[in-house]
Amino acid sequence: MRPIRWGHVLVAAVPVLFIGYFFLYPLIRILTLGLSELNIGFDGVEARLFHIGWFTLWQAVLSTVLTMVAAAPMTWAVSQFEFRGRKLATALVTVPFVLPTVVVGAAFVALGWRNSVGAILVAHIFFNIAVVVRTVGALWSRLDPDLHDAGRVLGASEWKVFRTITLPLLRPAIAAASAIVFLFTFTSFGVVLILGGFRYATLEVEIYRQAVTLFDLPLAAALAVVQLVGVTATLYAYSRYQERHTSTWALRAEANRPKPGGRARFLVGASVIGTLIALAIPVVVMVARSLRGVAYAGLFRDDPVVGAPIASIGNSLRFAVIASVIAVLIGVMASSVITGGGGAMSRWFDLTLMLPLGTSAVTIGFGFIVALGEPVDLRASFWLIPIAHALVAIPFVVRSTVPTLRSIPAETREAARVLGASPSRVWREIDLPIVARAALVGAAFAFVISLGEFGATSFIARPNTATMPVMIVRLLSRPGSASFAMALALAVILAGMTAVIVLWIDRLQFGEIGTF
Amino acid sequence: MLDVKSIDVRLGEKLVLRDVTLTVGTGQTVAVLGPSGSGKSTLLRAVAGLVPIESGSITWDGQDLTTVPTHLRGFGLMFQGYALFPHLDVFGNVGFGLRMANLPEDDMRRRVAATLELVGLDGFDNRSIADLSGGEKQRVALARTLAPEPRMIMLDEPLGALDRALRERLMVDTRRILSDGGVTALVVTHDREEAEALSDRIALMREGSIVQAGTLPDILARPADAWVRDFLG
Repeated sequence: MRPIRWGHVLVAAVPVLFIGYFFLYPLIRILTLGLSELNIGFDGVEARLFHIGWFTLWQAVLSTVLTMVAAAPMTWAVSQFEFRGRKLATALVTVPFVLPTVVVGAAFVALGWRNSVGAILVAHIFFNIAVVVRTVGALWSRLDPDLHDAGRVLGASEWKVFRTITLPLLRPAIAAASAIVFLFTFTSFGVVLILGGFRYATLEVEIYRQAVTLFDLPLAAALAVVQLVGVTATLYAYSRYQERHTSTWALRAEANRPKPGGRARFLVGASVIGTLIALAIPVVVMVARSLRGVAYAGLFRDDPVVGAPIASIGNSLRFAVIASVIAVLIGVMASSVITGGGGAMSRWFDLTLMLPLGTSAVTIGFGFIVALGEPVDLRASFWLIPIAHALVAIPFVVRSTVPTLRSIPAETREAARVLGASPSRVWREIDLPIVARAALVGAAFAFVISLGEFGATSFIARPNTATMPVMIVRLLSRPGSASFAMALALAVILAGMTAVIVLWIDRLQFGEIGTF
Repeated sequence: MLDVKSIDVRLGEKLVLRDVTLTVGTGQTVAVLGPSGSGKSTLLRAVAGLVPIESGSITWDGQDLTTVPTHLRGFGLMFQGYALFPHLDVFGNVGFGLRMANLPEDDMRRRVAATLELVGLDGFDNRSIADLSGGEKQRVALARTLAPEPRMIMLDEPLGALDRALRERLMVDTRRILSDGGVTALVVTHDREEAEALSDRIALMREGSIVQAGTLPDILARPADAWVRDFLG
């Protein structure tokens, strides 16, 4: 038997304890509370749950279908043709996806569009178009063009080829994109809270209302259970679909795309320019309206109710730094357990760490107020907000560091051992320097996630610890055009900070990849 | 002196080494020659402590190494794929073992420079690993293995990945480096020419067992069985 390596035990124990105490334990508390509420079954609860659940479901299905349709022209254009600015167009489509949900909500309010299902649906399309363009486009650009040509030669019209050949071949990517968009819209919180008004609430919004405004924790827990069931069912259905339909046939390496000519030239131009203009409208209007009056100067003024809005920037930055540090430390530890451990242990670990991704941020925030009152009351703690943000960000850190750690050949570590490096020294000399760049990317992701996080923060932020998204929602919910303009100004600042970091990540990842 | 006594090594279900006995005298070079998949690399990995042995013993000058972890065994191992550290330059690679031994900075620089000169790569210190040719990588790997002056070095198919012309030149160089330095070495190869050129004694390996050992002329004069005769052709 090998001796127990205490270093290894510690590296595995820290992420397990962290996820266990701050995620799994609160989740279990929600489940027990929610299930007992459902058992009591007093009048009207079930009907209420059904009503909200039904709205959540159908708006998510409709959002998903509409996003697919809206994204189709752009996906076709950037995956099938080469033209000037193709890369830039793809990058620009991604911008809405990285914007914080609160900013997206504020942008549609700036368009004068709230308290309606239409606004919710359009905001969801705006937010998720990039998912379809990227996921489906990646597969579409690798389909063998000979298949298309063969279909034409055999006498099928262009439309018939698309329906009988292209579309079936794209099905795996369409399924993947649909699953992601459905999950995002099913668990949509910030957008619905801002744009839905009092009439429209998804499960997420209702959990928040019941827990924070009406303080009916058992009912909120029951809603959370329904929401978890929905998310789990979606993930399960999708993984079953993936098992049955994974196909890599008919693919080729991404080759040169043709330049569009004739009628295609017009269609490609219309698709790309039309999509980009549509996506730009809410952002441009938000920026323009924020510039009216003295909105930016107003941010510095101390307000009797919400305090000086400018203070939220400091809060957000402080939380983002702490959350990034926590997420990177725990994420890198977890990654080395996932890549270093044997099969079953590693898979189990991987799955557990991905769980916060599947559940929603609202569940995390709600879990904190349900579970963390005892043995030590952490609910008023300053640390709770960055911890919540770190929980949301850890899966992203793990996703960005695991591939790098896996890419280190076993021989490289063995060579270090033969040359006299002890196991911990191997980690310090080989794994750490190689993973550092990926960890930096993970840290930047964590930073962006923390800046824009609203679902969990809305449960645990205190008046003096309001983050930028929390402050934006507070300002938006107040009457008066001054508050409204300040909300937009703050949203523009938040969007700008997010964009700068995302561009930096993009350069870090694809600029100079280095020698490994 | 390395003394490997009837070791068995199992990888998963498979018995990869079966009752292997082998000695390498101090200052001697021994080649283990056999077809690919015969367990040669596993033998080196067992001696280095990278895979555990199921039975038998591995000793150096009478000291049992079974419970000594890899990093304290004091052997060098040059990997078949070289396993150079991608995030370090040539200097960082060659100096790695010296740094692990906590050699003072000045001594380390001197030793790295001397070793690079020995393998014919003086001035390569700051080159990135990615910019090296196949032959240069081989030399850096050899320098990295030699620099800490291990009590024995092991070479796994040291010239296997190179083209023919380069192999012949490096074969001569490598032999010179080994014999000039009085290095104790255990070389593993599937190539008879390479085994002959680099070593004093040869051990023939087949399906995890040593079939015959001795100098090449002795083995050729009295092959143990038909397989040995055919293999040496």
